[in-house]
Amino acid sequence: MNDTVESSGKRPGDPAYNFGYLDEQTKRMIRRGLLKAVAIPGYQVPFGSREMPLPCGWGTGGIQVTAAIIGPQDRLKVIDQGADDTTNAVSIRRFFARVTEVETTEETSAATIIQTRHRIPEADLRDDQVIVYQVPVPEPLRQLEPREAECRKIHAWSEYGIMHVGLYEDVARWGEIARTYDYPVMVNTRYLAAPSPIPKFDNPKMTGMAALQLFGAGREKRLYAIPPYTEVTSLDFEDHPFTVQRWGESCGLCGAGDSFLDEVILDDQGERLFVCSDSDHCRKRREEGHRGALAGHEEIRALEQADPA
Amino acid sequence: MTQMIRLEDLAKTFVLHLQGRTELPVFENLDLTVEQGECLALTGPSGAGKSTLLRSLCGNYLPDRGRALIRHDGEMLDLVAAPPRAILTARRLTLGYVSQFLRVIPRIPTVDIVAEPAVTLGMERDAARTKAAALLSRLNIGAELHALAPATFSGGEQQRVNVARGFIVNYPILLLDEPTASLDAANRDVVVDLILEARERGAAIVGIFHDEAVRKRVADRTFDLLPQQAAA
Amino acid sequence: MTEGPLLRVDGLGHRFGRVVACDDIAFELFPGEVLGVVGESGSGKTTLLNCLAGRLQPTTGQVLYDMRATGLSDVYGLSEPERRLLMRTDWGFVTQNPRDALRMDISAGGNVGERLMVNGARNYGAIRNGATDWLERVELDTSRIDDRPATFSGGMQQRLQIAKTLVVQPRLVFMDEPTGGLDVSVQARLLDLLRGLVGDLGLSAIIVTHDLAVVRLLADRLMVMRHGQAVEQGLTDQVLDDPHHAYTQLLVSSVLQP
Repeated sequence: MNDTVESSGKRPGDPAYNFGYLDEQTKRMIRRGLLKAVAIPGYQVPFGSREMPLPCGWGTGGIQVTAAIIGPQDRLKVIDQGADDTTNAVSIRRFFARVTEVETTEETSAATIIQTRHRIPEADLRDDQVIVYQVPVPEPLRQLEPREAECRKIHAWSEYGIMHVGLYEDVARWGEIARTYDYPVMVNTRYLAAPSPIPKFDNPKMTGMAALQLFGAGREKRLYAIPPYTEVTSLDFEDHPFTVQRWGESCGLCGAGDSFLDEVILDDQGERLFVCSDSDHCRKRREEGHRGALAGHEEIRALEQADPA
Repeated sequence: MTQMIRLEDLAKTFVLHLQGRTELPVFENLDLTVEQGECLALTGPSGAGKSTLLRSLCGNYLPDRGRALIRHDGEMLDLVAAPPRAILTARRLTLGYVSQFLRVIPRIPTVDIVAEPAVTLGMERDAARTKAAALLSRLNIGAELHALAPATFSGGEQQRVNVARGFIVNYPILLLDEPTASLDAANRDVVVDLILEARERGAAIVGIFHDEAVRKRVADRTFDLLPQQAAA
Repeated sequence: MTEGPLLRVDGLGHRFGRVVACDDIAFELFPGEVLGVVGESGSGKTTLLNCLAGRLQPTTGQVLYDMRATGLSDVYGLSEPERRLLMRTDWGFVTQNPRDALRMDISAGGNVGERLMVNGARNYGAIRNGATDWLERVELDTSRIDDRPATFSGGMQQRLQIAKTLVVQPRLVFMDEPTGGLDVSVQARLLDLLRGLVGDLGLSAIIVTHDLAVVRLLADRLMVMRHGQAVEQGLTDQVLDDPHHAYTQLLVSSVLQP
């Protein structure tokens, strides 16, 4: 953790607000919750979620976690669907810039805190970094078991077979496990958790990650965590093992064949382009000289100027 | 000769709570024994308690006092005191009962109703069905009826199904309640033969035979039940 | 018979506040026995069943079950997870309304396979085969394995519930009016099915019903309940053909003969 407001003697950020927007007691409350979450990997810790200056469903959980841990020395990166320049990412980054004056960055390797919606960056994270996930529904059993009391008993006694019923239904209906995001995982071989709506492509990054993974759900008022170097496995059947998405294409800009690709429609004739969802990753590769099939194309240059999504 | 049935001081009185607690005494201080290979006929006027006694011998009626011992699995089992599971086992292995009325388990074909007691004892179903069919044919129930449920059979036909079901297994004890009622002469003869064969192989038989001729042919001795006085 | 009882019940009673629902119930159930509990509305039979089946802690008395590892054990002395495990492995419960036990938005196969998955099954093919097998046993069309129960008739839903319950091969099954609310012909076929399954699998069962025809067909033993008391107990055909207690006589004489 970095210096607190009190010890640094200076009060950065907008003087109308406390550092990080939340008052110190609230931050302490959230940190206590986070400590408990780290001590019990994958376990959902209830917390007193506060009113934030944007509505529930827009990342208030993630914002509260970041606000609780951020200090003046941190460098913050915020991404939404892998990109730094979507509306939400920009808004949240600006918010923290205003209430903390911390440095912000788009470079994954330069950040100390990465707040994310729906993606894990392609670059390997380090043990001096923290990734904060925005979570809409922290309860992986919600669709199968609507009773909250029953869910808590299921978690308490590890009676998780019901989750496999959901996967069974997928295979029965589609011939394969069809869910492609928010794919349920077992954390530390003990708790079933919802990784947030990241694509299942990103699930393998979670296991053994060197960085601390924190999860915040504002509307549902839950925190959970995966400490560094924790085992995280995706659920499957013996005869229908977990697999990640693959594309036949590679990134049109940087040529990457192993990153998560977004599909971009270029014109009314249905011309399409696949580009890396992780904008920082793509930019870095291009700086290193990698080029995709459409890198020199006229329209792509125009797109690049306008900051591709 | 091995004693198969022994009744000691048996007493039975029906109490009809719905009719102002009317008491209907049936019998009391009743002592009786039946040996292996012996056929005992219960006699007495209608209402004297013959059927009641017979039903008490298979656990269907419960006497108030006394002991109703049967030789089952090498031991004497008191039906009055025995737990339900013991009585059910005794019915499976030891007690054959041919009643006047066929309380049918509906929708089951006749041949299976007859085969059931044998299958329960472990006989292979097809073998049991074959034996059942043979017995039914012997009792003049034609093959075309074997696959039908007996609900629509005549009284005489149902009676013969009852008989077949009672004789498919070689029970050590047989209880027969009017086995030849509703039967014509030819079928009566078949039933008499079955009873004699059973007696020959050592079964202890207690029966109610209204037909004197039948009784004379099958019974070694008789036991007379006298009607009790109804409570004033 | 040297085998001990599967279930022993001592002085069992339950009250809701001052209302005594059932009082001083005692019996032993042996492996392979089917006990029928009959009574009219308000007799306490459903409360009794819930106490026996681990769903309602009785205010007095004990329910002892022969656990595989530890022998006769107090069901309510177990921890909740132990009891929950018991209720989905050794025990089964068939409710009157199948919609209370089925997941209506999960396919028939998923419903039947659920308990297998909760108990650790992780091979999709094996789970599906097990589910298909059981759909056949309860005489449901196996081509409907992927259909949801909402598309089944009441009788079919009840068969599905039975499959879901028996798939783990429990030793003891509790049934609450298993054929209640169904058409007569559907009831009849369902009773035939139950009778066959109980016999084939050597199940022990406790069946609560108000229907004397059901107990005559399914139960070896009968307990008659009135105002929370067991007024008469014994062999089914003996209690029905030679009823001793006034209330039993009333019950038997009240049955309509078609």
